Amino acid sequence: MTMSSRRALLKAGLTLGLGWRVTPVLAADQEDSASARPKEGDLLIRLGDATRTPLTPDDIRIGAAQTMAWTVDAGDHLVRNASRLNQIMLLRFDPAGLSAETRARAADGVVAYTAICTHNGCDVQDWLPESNAVYCACHESSFDPRDGAKVVDGPAPRPLPALPLKVVDGKLVVAKPFTARVGFEPS
Amino acid sequence: MATAMLGTWTAIVVASQPPQPPPTPVPAILTNYPSIAAVHLAKPDDGDWPMVRRTYDGWGYSPLDQITPANVARLRPVWVFSTGVTNGHEAAPIVNKGVMFVATPGNQVIALDAKRGTLLWRYRRPLPEDVIFLHPTSRGVALFGDTVFFASGDAVLVALDARTGKETWTTTVADNKSGYYMSVAPLVADGKVMVGASGGELGVRGFVAAFDVVSGREVWRTYTVPAPGEPGSETWPKGDQWKTGGGSVWVTGNYDPATNLAFWGTGNGGPWMGDQRPGDNLYTSSTVAIDVASGKIKGHHQYHPNDSWDWDEVSPPILVDFVREGKTIKGLIDVARDGYLWFLERTDGRINFVEGKPYVKHNVFTSLDPRSGRPNVDPARQPGTDKNAEFCPSHWGGKNWPPIAFSPKTRLIYIPANENLCGSIIGRKVEYSAGRGFTGATSNLIVAPNADHIGEVQAWNVDTGMRAWTHTFGMSINWGPMLATGGGLVFTGGTQDRLFRAFDAATGQLLWEFPTNSGITGQPVSFSVDGTQYIAVQSGWGIDARAMQARLNRLMPGDFPDVPEGGAIWVFAVR
Repeated sequence: MTMSSRRALLKAGLTLGLGWRVTPVLAADQEDSASARPKEGDLLIRLGDATRTPLTPDDIRIGAAQTMAWTVDAGDHLVRNASRLNQIMLLRFDPAGLSAETRARAADGVVAYTAICTHNGCDVQDWLPESNAVYCACHESSFDPRDGAKVVDGPAPRPLPALPLKVVDGKLVVAKPFTARVGFEPS
Repeated sequence: MATAMLGTWTAIVVASQPPQPPPTPVPAILTNYPSIAAVHLAKPDDGDWPMVRRTYDGWGYSPLDQITPANVARLRPVWVFSTGVTNGHEAAPIVNKGVMFVATPGNQVIALDAKRGTLLWRYRRPLPEDVIFLHPTSRGVALFGDTVFFASGDAVLVALDARTGKETWTTTVADNKSGYYMSVAPLVADGKVMVGASGGELGVRGFVAAFDVVSGREVWRTYTVPAPGEPGSETWPKGDQWKTGGGSVWVTGNYDPATNLAFWGTGNGGPWMGDQRPGDNLYTSSTVAIDVASGKIKGHHQYHPNDSWDWDEVSPPILVDFVREGKTIKGLIDVARDGYLWFLERTDGRINFVEGKPYVKHNVFTSLDPRSGRPNVDPARQPGTDKNAEFCPSHWGGKNWPPIAFSPKTRLIYIPANENLCGSIIGRKVEYSAGRGFTGATSNLIVAPNADHIGEVQAWNVDTGMRAWTHTFGMSINWGPMLATGGGLVFTGGTQDRLFRAFDAATGQLLWEFPTNSGITGQPVSFSVDGTQYIAVQSGWGIDARAMQARLNRLMPGDFPDVPEGGAIWVFAVR
């Protein structure tokens, strides 16, 4: 399936209200799909975008604060927004400024990480332009998105898991699953 | 699904992992465990610590007087018990006739023989991997009858059999997926167990809810943000702001049995910037007097209207009768996050203003209305949307959640304060999305120029309203809850150096200190078994103490190094 036909299907699904006129069994499957971690081939959409327009590298401005996103299942076109652990942040940098490992996961300089802090699970929503770091206001952890989201400062015990990306038909697409388990240790 | 569960009740245990069975055979201390009646909560035996602040008035005071300034130098650890978890250990060890119940991070309650430190049972409630639990701790359990009440992080109230640690019932209090989570110690009074929920950074609508102690059925639920048409709704704009208005409740209220009023503190408004919800925004950053019979709000005092500083006033006032101009006032004393010390009058409803004064550097209020205590705010010191403002104290406040203590012998209150910290906040527009961050603000911490110290213990005389003594901790922050004892001592930790300390309650002289495993943000208690007085406290650094320390270390690299983490329960006695 080409990306354009996939997008058309997505839009059709929206128009028809697909997902709401299904049997309970199918609804449960969809819940699973919407809760499942991002998979290879997933598209990305901006969080809160009712039009569900797939993001392209050019939608992500170089050096700007993180864009919050969900992924969309390539098979059933469901947005994987049933688990908060699926929140993703996108940032874009000059590829020359990325570490080798991060450059390999980037698509046209766009990098993706979980938006869930590895410390206590808060949303990593803030951007510190002076240090090119993403920052969690809950407990002050900051991470370097140009270098594997390694912990720069604060109590986070480990980097933010990365979501490797590629570009297919001009759109950002998930290349591989998260590089590590997302979330924190609640108990 | 979770929404459908809201407010419902189940008698069936829902946890997927059964609690561990008690050791076999059941120790005599558990088979002989005495039920707690209302009278025991209203007037605890001297050797017990049956609720987070020991008594309904919130004093954090034990009348035990065996440990004194003369012998405290011989205070030694009797036993120590590893909790097995990291993060901030904030709960008071609760003690009833030699049985200790300790809530810890990791959604855990541990029952121990208080004299020997022997494990009696351990309860752990598993949390979903995507749980919203931004401050993953518990501030303690509550006791009544044969039951231990525990507010689980996923906003589920749990009743445990005190003798076995097994669930008697569970009740879903609020929808965790919408950002409600619990860390509060429940309050039991008038046949009800009351809790509130956290989530002030996630667009919740705060509440206090009461459940029947026996059945777990919800009796009433009172929102701290009124709906349109309810009293106080005139202090909100016409839109939907009230639905996400904050006013979270995450510290246990105090209670006056004479009037059946519970005094609960409420958190910041949501989102953080007041200009996105114009008006006073009752009952955010307030104390509300709730009639425990009906749930009705009978009185309130708002410490600052239209909060824009993240100054939760969740730490409730203590109930102390104090003297002013020769007259005894049935009082409430609140040491507020906004940096003011408030003396109020409690009645059978209305709360009256008596006096307010800063106890740390403060530059936001230009004056107080002499009748109502309502502050006049310097607009230059109020952050807004796209408007940065610097202010003192910082958004963490002159004192955060750690409770004060009061000694009726010295007539002093003891305050764990952070002086010389200011901050700035700039707001931005923020869209509500259930369960996602809803502060719409970025904050900074600023150390006041020429600051020679941060952490303090302050002692103030409640009858004169004057400061009696101050102990300073140099460049360490202080997040240490306070304990006062009849022996004339004050105990606290709270500093980065892991020390647990005893002060002379009258003079503030440092008499004893002991380095524990981690930093102490737990509430110290005192109890007795077989005629011996003990002091107990949890050590385990984390949550906001760690956040403040980490942020200061970024401002001054190396000066605020990480504190070792990992929790332990310590018990001390004079040897």
